Formats: sequence, C-alpha cells, structure tokens
Amino acid sequence: MDALLTEGGTVLAAFWMTVRLTAVSALGSLVLGTLLTAMRVAPLGSLRAAATAYVTVARNTPLTLVLLFTGLGLGANLGLELSDDIATNNFWLAVIGLTAYTSAFVCEALRSGLNTVPVGQAEAARSLGLGFVRTLALITLPQAFRAVVAPLGSILIALTKNTTIALVVGVAEASVRMRELVETYGDQVIEIFLGFAAGFVLLCLPMGLAFGWLSKRMAVTR
Amino acid sequence: MSQSDLIVLDQVNKRFGDHHVLRDVNLTVRQGEVVVIIGPSGAGKSTLCRAINRLETIDSGTITLDGTPLPSEGRELARLRAEVGMVFQSFNLFAHKTVLDNVVLGQVHVLKRPREQAVRKARELLDRVGIGAQADKLPAQLSGGQQQRVAIARALAMDPKAILFDEPTSALDPEMVNEVLDVMTTLAREGMTMVVVTHEMGFARRAADRVVFMAEGEIVEQGAPSAFFGAPSSDRAQSFLAKILTH
Repeated sequence: MDALLTEGGTVLAAFWMTVRLTAVSALGSLVLGTLLTAMRVAPLGSLRAAATAYVTVARNTPLTLVLLFTGLGLGANLGLELSDDIATNNFWLAVIGLTAYTSAFVCEALRSGLNTVPVGQAEAARSLGLGFVRTLALITLPQAFRAVVAPLGSILIALTKNTTIALVVGVAEASVRMRELVETYGDQVIEIFLGFAAGFVLLCLPMGLAFGWLSKRMAVTR
Repeated sequence: MSQSDLIVLDQVNKRFGDHHVLRDVNLTVRQGEVVVIIGPSGAGKSTLCRAINRLETIDSGTITLDGTPLPSEGRELARLRAEVGMVFQSFNLFAHKTVLDNVVLGQVHVLKRPREQAVRKARELLDRVGIGAQADKLPAQLSGGQQQRVAIARALAMDPKAILFDEPTSALDPEMVNEVLDVMTTLAREGMTMVVVTHEMGFARRAADRVVFMAEGEIVEQGAPSAFFGAPSSDRAQSFLAKILTH
C-alpha cells in the first residue's frame, strides 16, 4: 500500500483526468449521437445514408485504432493543433476520438428508443403542424431518451473505462499513472493494480446506480 | 366550387399494394358542415380521413383545403395541417407532457402565441370539455374518455378550420363513449366543420348534416341522416344498416 499512499496526490490527479475525459467525451457523444439519430430518421435519403455509413464504420472499428488515428493521423500527420500546450492538445485529440467512437453507440441506443415511441405520437405532432425537426425535438426524441436511460448508463460506464485507451494519444489518465507506478514500485504490483481497479469501481458503480434510478423515474407511462 | 367549400376531394385514389382502398372518391365538405362517414370495416373510411391532412398519401386525384391544394411536404404542408385538427382513435396525447402542455404545445410552437396566452386558452378549453381539474396530470393518469376530450381540446386550441375525427370512440369503454360524443355534439351545434368516421349511429342521426356511406373504397351513397337511415337507396347500405341496427 505504500506506493498508493505516497503517490496519492498524483493518483488522484490521474483519476481526475479520467473523469474530465469521460465528462467531456460523454457530453460530445450525447450531442453527436443525437444528431446522428436525427439524421438516421431524416426524410432526406442522403442524410440517412451518411449517418448509417458513419455509425457502421465507427461502431465496427476498435477504439485503439480510432484513438491512434486521432493521435497520429489528425494530430501528428495532419498537424491538427487545438492548443499550444501539448498536454491540452492531446486531451482534445483523445476527446475527439472517444466522442467519434462513443456517439455511434449513443445513436444506436437512441434509435432503438425511438422505436419504442408509438407512431401515433409523431402523427399527432405532425397533425398539429409541427415539422420534422420539431416533432423530433419536442415529441419523439424526449420520449426516446427516457426509454433508453439505462442503456445510455451502460454506454457511459463503457466510456469511463475506455478512457484508459487515451494513453495511446499520450493523455496522463489513471491507467498511465498505474503503469508508471508499477514500473517504479515493482514489489507492489498487486496492490497497485487492486487500488486502481477499486478507483474505477468507485467511479462506475454510482453511475450504474444513478442511471438505474433515473431510468425508473423518467420512464414514460402509457 | 363555391366559396363555402372547405374540403374538396376530387377523384382520389389510393392503393396499398394490390388493395385498392380509395376508388375515385369525390367529396365536398362545406364550411360548418358535419359529415359523418360510416361503413363496414375495411371500407377506407379511416384512410380517407387521414388523407385529408396527408397522414396518408394518395396515388392520384386532388385534395383541396379552403381553396389551396394540399402540398406534398415541407413547411406549406405543416401550415395547412395546423389549420385542420385531428382526433385519433388511440388519442395520441403526448405521453411525456402534462394535459395542459398537450394543449399548449401547438399554440406556442406552431401558432407562436405567447405562452401565457396559450395557457389561458388551454385552461378555458379544458374547462369546456370538463377536464379543467386534471390539467397538471399526465395523460396516462386519465381515463380513455378524459384523454379523448383532452385530444379534442388540443385540436380546438389551434383554432382549426375543421376537425377530423378518426373513430374517436372506438377505443373507449362503453360508459365513456357518451362523454366524448356529448363534446362532439356541442361542437357540431356551434358550427365547427367536422368530418367524423364513426360507428356511433346515434351520433350520426343526432349531429350529422350529411351521412356518407362507404364500402370497398367507394362512396356508395350519401344524404341527410333522416333520409339515409330511413330509406337507404343502395343494397349495400341497406344490408349494412340491417346488420348494425337490429340490436
């Protein structure tokens, strides 16, 4: 336990990075995922095709590949600079990769949520004179969100754990710190490992509980 | 076509695959008229009703609303839909919104009324259909009859030129049918233009200006309720009425 205690500050800082990566990517994925869902049910065939193609590619590519692409492809090769500070730049590259990947799953969850909304809801909205976008924004998507709170929770938990792959872009999140500690304190590998595992459980467990509670509370009664 | 013709269907045809659901339908509904469409199931009544605000597309023919041909899509269609209310068999109240919000939503987002004014109008209408006390509940907390009355209030809130009723009482328990029909009868008396698909013959006799009898996608005959129920001229109408009026 010595290693975790003496390095407590840096471990917490690393977990704080994990939390930031998760929070920002979750927000981005929610926005992009919602947009993709809207595109997938749009009356325009080209929008539907574009969204379907995107989701298919993003969902079926390993996250490590996606993050290597944002790091090496977008960052190193294409020279995308989001900040002068290299750490901040890497952070945003990781956010782009995590968002690009996770939004595909958010889209699929939301789309299945849309399928639980009876067709009469959209018909009633259209008969009031609401167009496609407002029918989606006011009537069908809000009900779809409420139907998929639990699966969105699972996606958030997966995202939290997936942030560990941001190490390939050079973001100093929890798993990077763990590897450093393991190298420095070779005699305490098991303790270090268990400590970081407990850290992730502490992060993810409340999410699961909160989303379970929310999903009951938000459920639409018909 | 005269000035007072509000809804005009001209040679309307619709097929679902091989099934010809609307055959050369011609129908004119005048301002303030209450037209009740009856007929056996599968006659195309609901399809006709839904085609009038284009929830159902048609294959050929034209539908004209207040002198304007029904646009096929986009903003123009949305604008015309806002002028025609629709009441569904399954109510279709927005399940995640309160009763009040159901009646407010269209006014605010489509008619751009200030929210305060929309709320006032919604409360007035809910009182009128006898649901004032339930304004803050969710639709699922109301009985079927109450939900359908909210749906009527929601349609009325848009100040529509006409309201379409697609079997409004078919999904209701028997004891709730009358509370909905009473509201509809009052509306009819007040001069609302209504197209009503229903199996409620009592309502047709009491409130209709004209009864339209459909079978197999065609309008077989139409006339004043007294004439139609008293002495239907077609065989199909006679046999239909014989089947339903014996009880």
